[in-house]
Amino acid sequence: MPATYEPIGAIKVLGSAVSNITFSSIPTNYTDLILVCNIYPNTNSSNMRMTYNSDSGSNYSVTYLGGNGSTPESGRASNQTSMDMAYLGSNTWGNVIIQIQNYSNATTSKTAISRSNGSSVLTALYVGLWRSNAAINSITLTSSQGSNIAVDSTFSLYGIKAA
Amino acid sequence: MSIKSIKTGWTGISALAGNPVLGDFESIATVSVGAGGSSTITFSSIPSTYKHLQIRMIQVSSSPNNAILARFNSDSGSNYSTHDTGGSGASTYSEGLTNRTYVPFGYTGATYVAPSICDILDYADTNKYKTVRTIGGNDANGLTRYAVFQSGNWRNTAAITSITLTHGAAVNFAEHSHFALYGIRG
Repeated sequence: MPATYEPIGAIKVLGSAVSNITFSSIPTNYTDLILVCNIYPNTNSSNMRMTYNSDSGSNYSVTYLGGNGSTPESGRASNQTSMDMAYLGSNTWGNVIIQIQNYSNATTSKTAISRSNGSSVLTALYVGLWRSNAAINSITLTSSQGSNIAVDSTFSLYGIKAA
Repeated sequence: MSIKSIKTGWTGISALAGNPVLGDFESIATVSVGAGGSSTITFSSIPSTYKHLQIRMIQVSSSPNNAILARFNSDSGSNYSTHDTGGSGASTYSEGLTNRTYVPFGYTGATYVAPSICDILDYADTNKYKTVRTIGGNDANGLTRYAVFQSGNWRNTAAITSITLTHGAAVNFAEHSHFALYGIRG
């Protein structure tokens, strides 16, 4: 059987906090992408938002299920300019694993699942949609609510290829 | 490939716990649904040489918000139990079901493809019942769809050699649905 699950690239924030990170020129020869993130919002609790291919149009939507420590919650947002993929606590390490499936086909919309643990605010499952059939060749993650992504935050991108 | 990031320069391989070593994760088989659709997806003759299995799928159909139903080794008896919790974007639910004839493997999508990732642990161990877990759901830009966690148990110690998936509303999986089975070594 063909081995797969290969590292494509990795980013670690050095020097000073940044507002976003981007993986570009993503090869098209995999079936799925997995993005593993360890993130520290440096000011306020923050949504981590994702866009593809520098598309800033209102072409994204998301549905999520979460638990905040006392009650379960669910929400959705349509016609957004990005997809929330996590809600992370301020000055706290959070982890996020995003699965982007069939990212390189040109026949379907693109969907992603994110499992996020904002250890002080929310553990959640997000299902995101990009209403585009284009192959994904770049991914940008942006912090929100006035927070930046702190030094030592890491982002690792993997590819999985179906036989 | 080029990796660009503001104020970053690190390009080494992640040392985060749990990252696999190339060779631990292998593609076993893939089903791509063509024009006309398919009512059943079957992975058969699954080798017993892995520790765990994972099925990664996108699927679309004419009927959203139904569970995808999985059976092992063609067992249609009431030998399965399940728990799941989900959110519709407006409310949440949780349920447990016993003596079922299937375990759930995600929620079906319509209009836009729906993703699911299903893990089957120790599938070839003949000393224990088999347990599975799934994350999945669907988003359809404002329509009622679900994000779900699901778990299941098959009360059988046999090694899993085949997996059959059907749509909870007994309709076809439509063209462009894609199901991929992987083996994880341990």
